[in-house]
Amino acid sequence: MPITITMPALSPTMTEGKLANWQAKEGDSISSGDVLAEIETDKATMEVEAVDEGTLGKILVQGGTENVAVNTPIAILLEEGEDASALDDFDPGEGTPAPAPDAEEERGAVKDEKSAPKSEAKKASTEEPSVKTAPPAPSGKDGSRIFASPLARRIAASEGLDLKAVKGSGPHGRIVKADVEAAAKSGSAKASAADKAASQVAPAATPQAVTPPPAGDYVEVPLTSMRKTIARRLTEAKQQIPHFYLTIECELDNLLNMRKELNGRSDDYKISVNDFIIRASALSLKKLPVANACWGGDKILQYKDFDISVAVAIEGGLITPVVRNADQKGLAVISSEMKELAGKAKAGKLMPEEYQGGCFSISNLGMYGIKEFSAVINPPQSAILAIGTGEQRPVVRNGALAMATMMSVTLSCDHRVIDGALGAELLKYFKGFIEEPLTMML
Amino acid sequence: MSETGYDLVVVGSGPGGYVAAIRAAQLGMKTAVVEREHLGGICLNWGCIPTKALLRTADVYRLIEHASEFGISVGKATVDLKKTVDRSRKVAGQLSGGVKHLLKKNKVTVIDGHGKLKGGGKVEISKDGKAIDTVAAKHIILATGARARTLPGLEPDGKLIWTYKEALVPDVMPKKLLVVGSGAIGIEFASFFNALGSDVTVVEVMDRILPVEDAEISAFAEKAFKKQGMTIHKGTTVSELKKSGDTVTATFKDKKDKTSTDTFDRVILAVGIVGNVENIGLEGTKVKVDRSHVVVDEYSRTDEPGVYAIGDLTGPPWLAHKASHEGVICVEKIAGEKDVHPLDTSNIPGCTYCHPQVASVGMTEAAAKEKGYDVKVGRFPFIGNGKAIALGEPEGMIKTIFDAKTGEMLGAHMVGAEVTELIQGYGIARTLETTEVELMHTVFPHPTLSEMMHESVLDAYGKVIHI
Repeated sequence: MPITITMPALSPTMTEGKLANWQAKEGDSISSGDVLAEIETDKATMEVEAVDEGTLGKILVQGGTENVAVNTPIAILLEEGEDASALDDFDPGEGTPAPAPDAEEERGAVKDEKSAPKSEAKKASTEEPSVKTAPPAPSGKDGSRIFASPLARRIAASEGLDLKAVKGSGPHGRIVKADVEAAAKSGSAKASAADKAASQVAPAATPQAVTPPPAGDYVEVPLTSMRKTIARRLTEAKQQIPHFYLTIECELDNLLNMRKELNGRSDDYKISVNDFIIRASALSLKKLPVANACWGGDKILQYKDFDISVAVAIEGGLITPVVRNADQKGLAVISSEMKELAGKAKAGKLMPEEYQGGCFSISNLGMYGIKEFSAVINPPQSAILAIGTGEQRPVVRNGALAMATMMSVTLSCDHRVIDGALGAELLKYFKGFIEEPLTMML
Repeated sequence: MSETGYDLVVVGSGPGGYVAAIRAAQLGMKTAVVEREHLGGICLNWGCIPTKALLRTADVYRLIEHASEFGISVGKATVDLKKTVDRSRKVAGQLSGGVKHLLKKNKVTVIDGHGKLKGGGKVEISKDGKAIDTVAAKHIILATGARARTLPGLEPDGKLIWTYKEALVPDVMPKKLLVVGSGAIGIEFASFFNALGSDVTVVEVMDRILPVEDAEISAFAEKAFKKQGMTIHKGTTVSELKKSGDTVTATFKDKKDKTSTDTFDRVILAVGIVGNVENIGLEGTKVKVDRSHVVVDEYSRTDEPGVYAIGDLTGPPWLAHKASHEGVICVEKIAGEKDVHPLDTSNIPGCTYCHPQVASVGMTEAAAKEKGYDVKVGRFPFIGNGKAIALGEPEGMIKTIFDAKTGEMLGAHMVGAEVTELIQGYGIARTLETTEVELMHTVFPHPTLSEMMHESVLDAYGKVIHI
């Protein structure tokens, strides 16, 4: 019997992805391990390998299709001895390895999403934008369907609530209006609360604002998965996280001298200023573990590890690979890890576990000569450090003007977790490590 | 005296009581229902059902009067009041018999007599004022219903001044009839007698008729009734009813204290109801009574353990379908069923079977605005609906009210032919918490009156097609 190939889940929380392209074509003979297709998730491109042997009988979802739900049949593999006629009355829904009962539902959701933008665009010009196509049903942690009334979904979307975190009181646990209203009041289900991996889920729940097209000529650029994720998460961050910003100046000369000295000792490594910053951040957080935390709605979640996310600009967007336990790693280790992660990021080959999680982010635009800037917090984290360029500036030392290499850094904090004094203290430690880099060696 | 033990004894067999008893029996409870008069209670015997039978006669009469418009020639129709009433009684009798059968089928014991709490989980049964038996029950549901309210100076005498009960079995067709109160009961009788030729005057103390309905619907209905020849005094009270021989002279007082009088040959009092809280053994229990109605929690529990109350005996709305639903919820909760939820009274539709009919669910526009909602209102007239025109019923409208922020359907209000059959569509919508989007996506069959329900929603969002 033909074998159905379904959209794989590339991470535990992936619900849908873009089928970027097919590496195999219909009629190709396939052996186990062959690359069949490439799947683009919000952040990475991954290859789908064949598990079974046979001939690629039929491609059901064409390359370039977006928002393909996990478990949707994407192709049919013919086993040895079968020919194309075996496809005639084969239902790809049958014999699916894990035919989750909601596969049908998910397919419906995909259709819905695809049709939504079109009809909305049409509406946009003639109708009030308040009428939106109902968002497709978001699914639960384990991919199971969430039962919620249309009104509850609408309210959850407008309040930025994560339905997964809402307990339903309606028939058979259905989430009804009263439940989301109660959740909105208690603030227990804010989307950023769920868990570290929240970054990967419920993309559909975000209402898409319909902005009428501007007058004049323009080229329409379709959104990549990454662009959608950036738009969604950073909008969520700016809308839900009460940001405030603290800027401090750090003198870099000691650090630069030490870096020169360290790099001069071996060709095995080439430590960058950024590597120092990663370590300094982790050590500062370790000094102030209360700041190494995220907002959990009705609680604050304090991380046990000191994992530092580093924003890496890549084609079409950015990604934040994570240097895990940076407090326990030496500069050389951090440096080589960072080099590898950045290389993978640029090639679009980061694995989900390499970019998910992280407690604190660093965004460095110093190499562009940016003096200082404020970054948007990367939810569910509660702080991000924006690094400006290191440059020679006049400073006052012992009542006289002097020259020093200075670097301005700006910390964006989630006020729900980090108060002003706490953020300032964190920066004080950071400044201490940067200005006396020897203390980082301890 | 024997003392039989039951899991549940229900006092009163109206639409609350008998439904609760059947549901309890289905759930395996040993159940008895105590009824002092008619199985089925007021609803079946002296309320909802027999009035609908009378109003059907009015409908048929009205159609015959317009027969020539439909291409049918008939002679002058005359009303045989006795036959009309007989049919109404026969309908009530048939349904009461049906209830008896249903109770028997479900093995519910029917106890003939008056039930009264005796304390300690016991119910005393009496007949003609004499105690004849006592039954023990783990749970007791009081479902004794309500009766017509009387006002000082406006006492019914059963001859010239009627309550619903006499009005259901009129011996003569009143030439000139006064109806005091323009709620559902008053307006239905006014509509019936007016259709069959009485000269009907309706007096309402509030500033509009059908005061619980949306103001626009009240105004629409008033206009229709006046066109049919009714006289309506709003913002008016009846300060005196003076009988002399075969007539009653009523003194009216308007808001400016201006009085006037008029003489009628019959008066129907329909000024609300009071709960039947007397002589059911509430004294000495913890059961609380507030303005003639028993106070209960969301699962119909009174403050006395093991004693419950449902239906008209408890708070509003005083509707048969509310009583039945409460009965089921109460029993399922007692039985420990899973997934039992309290009744959301804002989802209970209300229907008035006058001509044109009136039906509604949820908030009126005024109530929604008072609650601070930013509303979107849709309206669709019967004149824009093909089926309504074909039926020869171009009079009516459907109004829908949405929360502009969330798309919640806050309320729906209808006036016109068969709207009492339409309203439950919106009832489902409200119960499922649909928004305008789902209602717009719903396909309503053509040609039906229900298409107006769709159009009204579309109108609320500026997308209406047929106006």
